Amino acid sequence: MCGYHLAELNIGTARAPADSPDMAGFMAGIVPVNALADAAPGFVWRLQDGDGPGATALRPCGPDVMVNMSVWESLESLREFVYRNGPHLDFMRRRRDWFHPMATPYLVLWWVPAGHIPGLDEALARLDLLRRDGPGPRAFTFRDPYPAPVPAARAAR
Amino acid sequence: MTDISVIAVLDDPVRRRLYDYVCAQGRGVSRTEAAQAAGVGRTLAAFHLDRLAEAGLVEVAFSRPAGRTGPGAGRPAKLYRRATAEHQVSVPPRDYRTAAELLADVVDVTGAEPQLQRSARARGAAAGHAARERGGLPDSGLLLGALSAQGYQPYRDGADVRLRNCPFHLLAARHPPLICGMNLALLEGLLAGTAVPGLRARLDPRPGECCVVLESSKNNSD
Repeated sequence: MCGYHLAELNIGTARAPADSPDMAGFMAGIVPVNALADAAPGFVWRLQDGDGPGATALRPCGPDVMVNMSVWESLESLREFVYRNGPHLDFMRRRRDWFHPMATPYLVLWWVPAGHIPGLDEALARLDLLRRDGPGPRAFTFRDPYPAPVPAARAAR
Repeated sequence: MTDISVIAVLDDPVRRRLYDYVCAQGRGVSRTEAAQAAGVGRTLAAFHLDRLAEAGLVEVAFSRPAGRTGPGAGRPAKLYRRATAEHQVSVPPRDYRTAAELLADVVDVTGAEPQLQRSARARGAAAGHAARERGGLPDSGLLLGALSAQGYQPYRDGADVRLRNCPFHLLAARHPPLICGMNLALLEGLLAGTAVPGLRARLDPRPGECCVVLESSKNNSD
């Protein structure tokens, strides 16, 4: 199998510490929403820290910045879950209760060979690329998507 | 075909009735069914439906009636349903779409969603209240009328009310959490303004429809 999967990273600067009452709604909501993701069509993998719910204990971008990373079979499967799943959409609708707005891109998408699990350093490099150069085939967004690379064997034919 | 030519195709009372009927069904509609609904003969309905299809206002699919397959099942029926493309004409030229996209970008970046939701709730409440003040209708008619007036194309689904059309479709596709959140607040306000009891607005997107369902508060699970 030489296909490609879609990787996704998004980050958010929390308005308050994870264990504060202000973040209680987010910390409680993330568990059932993650369970919905795991069961969604096209879901492949998501980052977990083995400590807090999801990856909420990981802070590679600073003490207030939470990260979320996952891999999906296609752009459509991820889009369907993110924007067309009622509980997830409702969770996103309330994001300003918990996270500061960001003037720079906070979500990046890129293609990975099927079976490859991206690391956080790879993901953050893609976010940097998006922030520096704007959307392109190596780092893009839902609004400006790029197609998966054509496998070399097929391209040569 | 330019937008203005497409819209001009609707300038015929029979054609308009057929179009409205097809849109309201949310599924493929046969010539016979549309003819009956519009109160015209099948041949005339077929003529107008095909004009609508040529203009791209409805899409055509072929389907056999349920349960009839294989040889001898007869010719597949021509079914018509609303096309997804949208058309807009303004005379003189106005461009509210660009303004809306720019404003949405700014709300996204500045995090002004809570203020947007407050404004939307107030706007919905005012529309709902005005519908209640006009009076003359039972609760259900009042609510469906108010929703129709806002372009939602409501329909009953058991005890719930679902909305066939998203009045903010292009914007919602660009900024889903922002616009769907605004829309939810608008509909929460509308419900409160009409003072129709027993329903609550909840995000529950379905393909091709509005992201909100007005759900009977008697059958909710949480």
